[in-house]
Amino acid sequence: MSDQPAPAGTDRPALVELDQVSKYYGNIRALEGVSLEVHAGDITCVLGDNGAGKSTLIKIIAGLHQHDAGTFSIEGEQTRLANPREALDRGIATVYQDLAVVPLMPVWRNFFLGSEPTTGSGPFKRLDVRRMRETTRTELLRMGIDLRDVDQPIGTLSGGERQCVAIARAVYFGAKVLVLDEPTAALGVKQSGVVLKYVAAARDAGLGVVLITHNPHHAYLVGDRFILLKRGTMSASHTKDSVSLDELTRQMAGGSELEDLRHELERAPAPTHLGGPEK
Amino acid sequence: MSATAPPAGTREPGAADERLIRTSPLRSLLGRPELGSVVGAIAVFVFFAVVADSFLRAASLSTVLYAASTIGIMAVPVALLMIGGEFDLSAGVLVTSSALISSMISYQMTANVWVGVLVSLLVTLAVGVFNGVLLTRTKLPSFIITLGTFLMLTGLNLGFTKLISGTVSTKSIADMEGFDSAKALFASEFTFGEVTIKVTILWWIGLVALATWVLLRTRFGNWIFAVGGGPDAARAVGVPVTRTRIGLYMGVAFAAWISGQHLLFSFDVVQSGEGVGNELIYIIAAVIGGCLITGGYGSAIGSAIGALIFGMTSKGIVYAEWNPDWFKFFLGAMLLLATLLNAWVRKRAEATR
Repeated sequence: MSDQPAPAGTDRPALVELDQVSKYYGNIRALEGVSLEVHAGDITCVLGDNGAGKSTLIKIIAGLHQHDAGTFSIEGEQTRLANPREALDRGIATVYQDLAVVPLMPVWRNFFLGSEPTTGSGPFKRLDVRRMRETTRTELLRMGIDLRDVDQPIGTLSGGERQCVAIARAVYFGAKVLVLDEPTAALGVKQSGVVLKYVAAARDAGLGVVLITHNPHHAYLVGDRFILLKRGTMSASHTKDSVSLDELTRQMAGGSELEDLRHELERAPAPTHLGGPEK
Repeated sequence: MSATAPPAGTREPGAADERLIRTSPLRSLLGRPELGSVVGAIAVFVFFAVVADSFLRAASLSTVLYAASTIGIMAVPVALLMIGGEFDLSAGVLVTSSALISSMISYQMTANVWVGVLVSLLVTLAVGVFNGVLLTRTKLPSFIITLGTFLMLTGLNLGFTKLISGTVSTKSIADMEGFDSAKALFASEFTFGEVTIKVTILWWIGLVALATWVLLRTRFGNWIFAVGGGPDAARAVGVPVTRTRIGLYMGVAFAAWISGQHLLFSFDVVQSGEGVGNELIYIIAAVIGGCLITGGYGSAIGSAIGALIFGMTSKGIVYAEWNPDWFKFFLGAMLLLATLLNAWVRKRAEATR
């Protein structure tokens, strides 16, 4: 556990700050004493194995659940989000791995879902369809996604492309904090690269990013801070200059336990019938 | 999509992606939700035009349209509800409830029938809200919730009618004040050339147009698709899922009110046991019209074509002088074909998931 001072140039309060936040589901301790900071232009990675509490953490930041202990501040102001809409209004956009989009709906309808622009007034108030289509096309193009047809159901895009659309949407709607839930899980190497590039692009656009992942390699490529979760508690917190990829991977993968396992595997001689040395 | 383009850059001009195949107009036509039903409607029309000599007469066609409109008025909101991912099994008896309330309030209060009509509107909408709130609060399947309201309403219809009027039907309200004006609105007819047009056909067309507008060109319409196609994703991006669902049930209630008033003012008396089983016909019309039973896909125009198929088949069999016993077989076969087609469409739409 290394306590690093905040990097220079962060005299403004963090966009999002969690301090000793806990969450209980009945008698289950899902999260205990987790602290993290998200600054503009920074990527904070939350690493952990399955069941480590990553989803609970993300749900608190996204406004789906409320924390039971500790403090949650947005731009220095203590808060308790009632619902995802409030989180969005406060500038926190969350992109979920599975439920980022509605598969059967066209790309342009997905892009503006929940924040549709309208034109006209009274009974003739209607969707500004032309603007929605054009904006979708240009915004995606700006992120490097060139769609053949914004009318195609978004379910026909690949997983990586859908993640990118969801990220582009969050950036377009002026999110200050982007929370990404396992954006590269279930993606191939190349697609993961594409998604990470958009994550970096969002950071360069000045957003604070929270990247939830169980892949330390992906995290280390783009991350500035790393929070490790283990069985609901925070097992480590690093800044990039205080930790190496190997160390991060080692801690992530179970640390010394894995080391022991490796030694054991090394010592075990291969059986003869598998090409091991003759006795 | 060019997966390798830099985040901030644009693709090189003319660098088409080699993975893309141009979509043919036929293929994009196949993507329309109504397609299956349009093909089916044409087939049914040609079929009866050939086998039933009197089918193509103007009088017959207006009878067909009338039959279609009585189903179609309800099929529109039921289709919207289905696109929103839910069912309403109480829709059929709610029509009867609405007519009964209107008739009994008018008769018992001996007031202007319009008082009964307006009270009926409020109560019917309240039933819709009840369905919606119960559904969103309990998170139980709508099948169970509305099956409950269906049974309760069936009992209430019969119980109250017997309690108040002593028989299973209401008393005549034809001599009451306001009856003629209400009849003009809900159950009149006029001749257009040689054809007699029932006013329900206008209501039907109006509702289809309104629903299509709402569905494709308003925020609420966007939310309906989202709530049906991915409620969790919709909630996550800030769509008011609960409000949308309750609104959809109120839409069904509103159309049930129109249908109920039509029932009352065209026959003057209402049989309290009517309406049972109609809810399935509305659902069938919506499904034949291309609504996915799992939600997220469909159209209001499709439901109208579904209702039209229903009208053509039910009346066409009569004009062909066949035994009407065959009707249900036709309806069932069409439902199966439509569902198979829909399943194929969905698979195509989600092909690369």
